[in-house]
Amino acid sequence: MLTAFAIFSDGLVYAAYLFLVAVGLTLIFGVMKILNVTHGSFYAFGAYGAATAAGVWFDRGWSDAGGLLFMVGLAMLIGLAIGIVLERGILRFVYGKDEVVIVLVTYAVFLILEDVIVLVWGPRSYAAYQPMVAAGSIDVGDLTLSNYDIGMVVLAAALAAFGYWALKFTRYGKLLTVVIFDREVAAAYGINVKVIYTVTFLIGAMLGALGGAVMAPKISVTLGIGVEVIVLAFAVVAIGGMGSIEGALIGALIVGFGRAAAVHLVPQVELFVIYAVMALVLGFRPHGLFTQPAPRKI
Amino acid sequence: MSRLSTIACRTFGLATALTLGSVVAASAQQPAAPAAPPIKLGIVSFLSGPAASPFGVPGRNGAEIVIEALNAGKAPAPYNTVGFAGTKIETKFVDEAGSTAQVVTEFRNLVQRDQVDAVVGYISSGSCLAVTPVADELKALTVYFDCGTPRIFEEKPRKYVFRPSSHATKDSTGAARYLVARKKDITLFSGINQNYAWGQDSWKDFVGAMNVLAPKAKVDKELMPKLFQGEFGAEISTLLTSKSQALHSSFWDGDLESFIIQSSARGLQKRMPFIGTTAESSIWRLRDKLPDGTIVGGRGPHGPLAPDNELNTWFKTIYMDRYGTPPTYPSYQMALSLLGLKVAWEKAHKAKGSKPTTDEVVAAFENIEYESPSGTVKMALGNGHQGIQATAYGTYRFNKQKGQPELVDVVRFAAECVNPPSDKSSEEWLKAGMPGAKC
Repeated sequence: MLTAFAIFSDGLVYAAYLFLVAVGLTLIFGVMKILNVTHGSFYAFGAYGAATAAGVWFDRGWSDAGGLLFMVGLAMLIGLAIGIVLERGILRFVYGKDEVVIVLVTYAVFLILEDVIVLVWGPRSYAAYQPMVAAGSIDVGDLTLSNYDIGMVVLAAALAAFGYWALKFTRYGKLLTVVIFDREVAAAYGINVKVIYTVTFLIGAMLGALGGAVMAPKISVTLGIGVEVIVLAFAVVAIGGMGSIEGALIGALIVGFGRAAAVHLVPQVELFVIYAVMALVLGFRPHGLFTQPAPRKI
Repeated sequence: MSRLSTIACRTFGLATALTLGSVVAASAQQPAAPAAPPIKLGIVSFLSGPAASPFGVPGRNGAEIVIEALNAGKAPAPYNTVGFAGTKIETKFVDEAGSTAQVVTEFRNLVQRDQVDAVVGYISSGSCLAVTPVADELKALTVYFDCGTPRIFEEKPRKYVFRPSSHATKDSTGAARYLVARKKDITLFSGINQNYAWGQDSWKDFVGAMNVLAPKAKVDKELMPKLFQGEFGAEISTLLTSKSQALHSSFWDGDLESFIIQSSARGLQKRMPFIGTTAESSIWRLRDKLPDGTIVGGRGPHGPLAPDNELNTWFKTIYMDRYGTPPTYPSYQMALSLLGLKVAWEKAHKAKGSKPTTDEVVAAFENIEYESPSGTVKMALGNGHQGIQATAYGTYRFNKQKGQPELVDVVRFAAECVNPPSDKSSEEWLKAGMPGAKC
C-alpha cells in the first residue's frame, strides 16, 4: 500500500515536472510546426535567471513567498526577451523553409545560447533552494512529501486547466486553433498569422523559462541542464502528439507513472522505461496519442 | 722581396686584420646565448559543460597557481627551483568537453602541432581510456590528474602514461571502512549512483568492500538513475520506504547537490546517513544545506581532509588569495600531478646534466615517492605508473558560530589499507577479501 501510494505521488510529481517543461514546446510546434530545440535554452535561462533572482532577493532577507514570485517573474522576463530576439531576429527569416532546416537553425541557436550562459554566469553552479526549504514537508504514513513538490503538481494542473480554457473559450484560443488546423485557410479568413506566430512563440518561450524557474529551487543550476530537459520534453511531446496540450499532459502522466513504478519495482529498467513507452505508443499511433486531424488538401 | 710579393703580403696582412677585426666585431655584437626554450605543457580540463564547475575549473585553477609559483621559484622546498630544473613552464589550456574522438584529436594537436613536452589533464575516465593508447603510440608523456577508472593500468602495462592520483577503488574501500567502523551492526545498506562507468564501478567496489568488512550486511536498494537526471523524487521515496541503515553515493556536482536538496526536504538523512565519496567538492557551496552527519569523502586526503603540512598550508593560501574560496580535491589532484612531473623531470635532468628526453623523464617518473599538499604519493602500482595515497573520511558539521563547514571524526586510512597491491587488480583484490591490506 505504501509503495502504491509512493508510486502515485512520485508519478504525479514527475509528470508535473515533465508537463511544465513540455507544454511550451508542444504549443510552439502545434502552431508554428517548428521543432524548437532552443526550448532547452529557455528552460536553462529560466533556471539561471531564477537562481540570480534568488541571490538578489534572499541575500537581503526578504520574504520566501515574494522570493519565489520574483524568481518566476524574472525568469519569464528573460524568456520573453530571448524569445523576441530569436523570433524577430532569426526565425521569421526561415518560416516556410524545410522543417529540417528550421530544426538545424534552432539547434545552432541552442549551442550558441549554451555558450552565452557560460559568458554571463560562468561555469560555476548556482543554488536557489530557499523556496523549497521554506515550503517544508508533510508526513503521509511512513512517507515524507515535500510541500514544494505538491505545489508544483498544483501549478501544472492549473496551467493545464488554464491552457484548455484559453484554447477552447477565448477569442485568441479559437484563432490559434484555426492556425493550428490550417495556416493558409486562417490567413484567407483574415487572421494575422504572423502576429499569432510571434505571440505563440513568446508564450512558449516564457513557459520554457517558467519550467526552469520552478525547477531551480530543486536542482543545482549548472551547465548542460537544458540538454537533459529537451530530450525528455521531446519524448513526452512525441507520446502525446506533437502540438497537443492534452497530449502533453497525458504523455507526462504516462511517463511519470511509468518511471515511478519502474524505480520502485524494477529499478534496473528505469532508464529504459521512458523510451519503451514512447516506442510502444508510436508503434501503434505513429503521430502520438492526441494528433490533430490533418485537413485534406486538394 | 719583389714589389709583387710585397703587395701580396700587405694584402694578406690586411685581409687577415680585416677578418680578425670582423670576427672580433662580430663576437662583440653577438647577443648573449639565448635562454633555454620554455618547457611546454598542455593542460586539459573541462572548461565548459556540467563537469566544469566541480572539477574542470578547480583543476585549471590549481594548475594556474602552481605553475605560476614554480615559474617564480616561490614554492616551498623541495619545489623551490624555478619551473622544471630552472627552465620556465609555458602552458596551453585545452577544454576537455566534447566527444572522445574530439578529445583524442585535441590530444594529437597538443603533441604533434604544438609539440608540448608533456600533457597533464583529463577528468573523465572515458577521456583517459581513449587517450592512453594514443599517448603510447605517439610516445607522448601524459599525466592524468583526476580520472578514476582502475582499468588504465590494470588492463595492460603503459609506458608514457602516469597517474599520481589514486584510482577510484580507494574511495569505495575507504568509505566502507569508515562506515563499518561507525556502524558495526549494519545489516542493510543502499546505493544511489549515476548510471555510467564511474557510478557503476564505485558501487561495485563499495559492495565488494562491504562484503569483506561486514559480511552480514546486505544490499537493499540499488538505484542507478541517469547521469544529470536532476529530479530524484521517486528514488527518494524508494529509499524512504526502505529499512536501509546507510546510503552510498558517488554522485557529483549537479546530481549530488540536487539530490541533497531534494532528499533533505523530505528528511531522508534523518533515517540513514548519506556517504558521499565526492561530497567534499560541494561542501563550500551547500554549506548549511548539507545535513550534519553526512559522511564526506574527497577522493583522497584533499581539502579539509588533507594533512597539516607546509605544502598544504602554502597551497591553500595561494589558492584562497587568488580565487577567494578554498581549493577542493580536483585542485589538489592537479597540484600533486604537476609536482610529480617536476620531481621526475628534475631527477632526469640531474642524471643527464641537460634537458632530458621524454624517455628519460618516463624512466625517472617510475616508482618515485614524493610529498604533495595532500601527503605522500607513491608510484606503486602499474609498474610504477599509478600512484597510491592514503585516504580519509570525515563526518560533516556546519559550524553555525563560524559560519563554516567542518569535518569531525576524521579517520585516515593508510595507502596500503585501501589500495590493492601491485600484483592484483582491484576486482581480484576485493573478491579475495582484500588480502595484504595494512591498516
